[in-house]
Amino acid sequence: MARLILDNVGKSFAGADAVKDVSIDVADGEFLAVLGPSGCGKTTLLRLVAGFEKLTRGEIRIGGTVMSGPDGSVPPERRRVGIVFQNYALWPHMSVAENVGYSLKVAGLDRALAGRKIAEALALVGLEGLGDRRPASLSGGQRQRVALARCLVAAPSLVLFDEPLANLDVHLRSSMENEFAAFHKRTGTTMVYVTHDQGEAMALADRIAVMDRGRLMQLASPRDLYHEPANEMVASFIAKGTLLPVQVLGEEAAGHCKVRVLGQEAVVRCRRGERPRHGRICCRSADFEIAGPGEPGIDGIVRRVVYRGGGARVEFSPLENPDTIVPLDQPDPVFHQVGDSLRLRVRAGWLIPAS
Amino acid sequence: MQSSRAEARQGQGQFAALMAVAVLLIVLLSLLPMLRLVKELVAPGGTLSAAALAAGLASRSTWIATWHTLVVGLGGTMLAVLSGTLVALLVTLTDLRRRGLLVLCYVTPLMIAPQVTALAWLQLFGPASPLLRLLGVAPPLGARNPLYSAEGIILLLGVQYGPLVFLVVRAGLRKLPRELVEAARATGAGWPRVVATVVLPLMTPSIVAAAALAFVSCVGNFGIPAFLGIPANYLVLPTLIYQRLAGGGPAALGETAFLSVLIGVIAIAGILAQETVSRRRDYRVASVSLPAEPYELGRWRMPVEACMWLFAVLVLAMPLLGLALTSLVSGYGVVLSAATATLDNYRFVLFEHAAAGRAFVNSVWLSALAATFAVVVAVPMGYLVAWGGGGRWIRLLSLAVELPYALPGVVLAIAALLLFLRPVPLVGLQLYNTPWIILYAYMARFLVLALRPAVSGYHQIDRALEEAAQVAGAGLFTRMRTIVFPLVAPAAIAGGLLIFMTALGELTVSALLWSSGSETIGVVMFSFEQGGDSGYAAAMSMITVALTFALMLLASLLAPYLPDGVLPWRD
Repeated sequence: MARLILDNVGKSFAGADAVKDVSIDVADGEFLAVLGPSGCGKTTLLRLVAGFEKLTRGEIRIGGTVMSGPDGSVPPERRRVGIVFQNYALWPHMSVAENVGYSLKVAGLDRALAGRKIAEALALVGLEGLGDRRPASLSGGQRQRVALARCLVAAPSLVLFDEPLANLDVHLRSSMENEFAAFHKRTGTTMVYVTHDQGEAMALADRIAVMDRGRLMQLASPRDLYHEPANEMVASFIAKGTLLPVQVLGEEAAGHCKVRVLGQEAVVRCRRGERPRHGRICCRSADFEIAGPGEPGIDGIVRRVVYRGGGARVEFSPLENPDTIVPLDQPDPVFHQVGDSLRLRVRAGWLIPAS
Repeated sequence: MQSSRAEARQGQGQFAALMAVAVLLIVLLSLLPMLRLVKELVAPGGTLSAAALAAGLASRSTWIATWHTLVVGLGGTMLAVLSGTLVALLVTLTDLRRRGLLVLCYVTPLMIAPQVTALAWLQLFGPASPLLRLLGVAPPLGARNPLYSAEGIILLLGVQYGPLVFLVVRAGLRKLPRELVEAARATGAGWPRVVATVVLPLMTPSIVAAAALAFVSCVGNFGIPAFLGIPANYLVLPTLIYQRLAGGGPAALGETAFLSVLIGVIAIAGILAQETVSRRRDYRVASVSLPAEPYELGRWRMPVEACMWLFAVLVLAMPLLGLALTSLVSGYGVVLSAATATLDNYRFVLFEHAAAGRAFVNSVWLSALAATFAVVVAVPMGYLVAWGGGGRWIRLLSLAVELPYALPGVVLAIAALLLFLRPVPLVGLQLYNTPWIILYAYMARFLVLALRPAVSGYHQIDRALEEAAQVAGAGLFTRMRTIVFPLVAPAAIAGGLLIFMTALGELTVSALLWSSGSETIGVVMFSFEQGGDSGYAAAMSMITVALTFALMLLASLLAPYLPDGVLPWRD
């Protein structure tokens, strides 16, 4: 159990920044998800924490000890971190029990005690009695459980997950998700969980760090991330928010302000102290509604209708701004067809803070 | 309907024609000589008889030579595996600098003919060593060269085939996913422990395969035991065969057939042992990933680098220097100085000695023809092996091509002798006592050296490229000519250059097959050395080494168009 502090961490490969100016303070026992599109630097960040990569700038502290810094780097074997890889990384030449017990053997633990600990760890992940099996004879889900047990048995102060569910099918994912959550609750270990799947991140994490092109975009709870994205990247990445240009008309009052969007006035949520300016709002499909007859609204046409089972996603583009696509979720029965005229009303939204 | 069936038949017809030619070549070059050899053993003269077997088994010299073969084979293998694996680990897993150059220096001895290596080391350590005499530390003239011994043979076999082990183990290490190493480090294991418990166990298949390869090469090697063992009367099976044949002529063929099958059996035993060991455990690494971050040697980097370079100098530069110096002195024991240095030896072997001059011409055209043949055949045959559907016949085909190269060269040479001692039936073609029998053996033995790069070239090409041409209406032969050949040609041609290099300094096969007028470089070099004319032998060696280096340079120009690993000396 340990607090993890990333202080202005930077890493460049051959001059290109893979990670830049990332500062995160992960509390003792916290579950942090690092989320981002592929190539955003999240795996590099994880490898920096584990000590497999040397950082170019900044400092990494685990449990108060400087692990990576300008003065050098503590080798991975002396960091007491556990790591679970996407491809499981089980040693094919060892049995399940040998895989799990490797760290105990390295630590020179007494055989009998090690045997007990291995059995406990296997029981904890629901693999009792499979100790003599070879990794090759296990299913994907079982292999990932072995990897988890291998990481558990050493009682690390910090556990790192590198896209651990990416190789599993959808069905197994949710059950493993529950397993990870239970594991976190039971052990109270600090965890850093790298993923590109926002569903996973939302379901598991206390806080989510969204990364893009090596930089930290936002660090917030799943709820805040969804409702109050700090910038356009987060707004469009999380749950596919639609960005619309607005003119802020009045000053903020009680967390809301009046804006003009596509020629219509609307009231949206915003940060404290917002003043009139140009900006953008983030809306999701539930933030739009179809205006009734005679009501004011944004005129436009239906561009595409995709049936999704139980309803359809209707893509609408305003006449005033035909390049913008506004997705609407319409429940069955859906009467709209491509080319139909429609009038929309913006019911709610979030004014993206000025950068 | 009718026409489509006809077209289908035509497509299959071209494929069948290709297959038929491939099978015919395999039968001629690979199966026929092996069968002929076995026939000589079990049914000499056409009737079943155990007489040849019994005579061979009863001979005491057979068993002594077998014992010697095993001793130097196992010793050389051990040395090669130890040094090759160690160098592979250091080069792949640590942060040594100038890796490419180091690999080049370490692997180059593999490109040099074994008898040249032997001669070079002999010149280095002998009492007449110009280098030792230059330094004033040479043993007294007439003293015995310490390399004329079993230990000397083992040492040189280790030097010659260490790079072979290195290449195989390094290729294995490169495929080791970094997560397997990192998972171990994260649990608290330091590098030595990771190497011992994770890296080496996972490398077992590579190391064992490399050991088998080295073993087969060691027991089949002729050049090193010929130069080092014959003067000490330490005979191994290949040198025993040579002596029997040199002394008894064709009459001794029956007996040497037995001996060559014996070597074949020893070699096959080595390969089978490898199969058994590799199957004992699960070493399959499922995932593909990046290689692990190199281990930082820190303050050990300088000393380790120094040792590696010293090693490279010891196995490459020093022997070549010894060879160069010997080629420059006018006679045995002459101290080299600016006044005594002479190019007479070069002039003699190039322009004055008739057989030596012929040898250069012979070796060049034999090697060139064998290489060209292999390149031309490797492209369609590689097509069958890589894209032919992988049926049982195709697998047998690719196995059969390996046979003449996998088995020691003397086996093929004896088989060729048996096959062509009498004129070829029906056509009455006489190959025995002509250079053509050497060409036949070269074609059979080295074909696989061009086939392997061609096959790996095919594996790198997206088959859709060919399929696109097929959709466009191109038949098999048209596709071969216009699409396939241009794509795999660089790999096959690089293989051809490797063949040329190998065949140029080749001795094992030609020592048994040459006749007056069809001498090769290796044969003349060997006879110079046996006659005590080390200066001439050294000059010939230096010319061969220079040619080899020039060819390596030429082949390196192709490197951008080649799959990884085709040019062994390029990292």
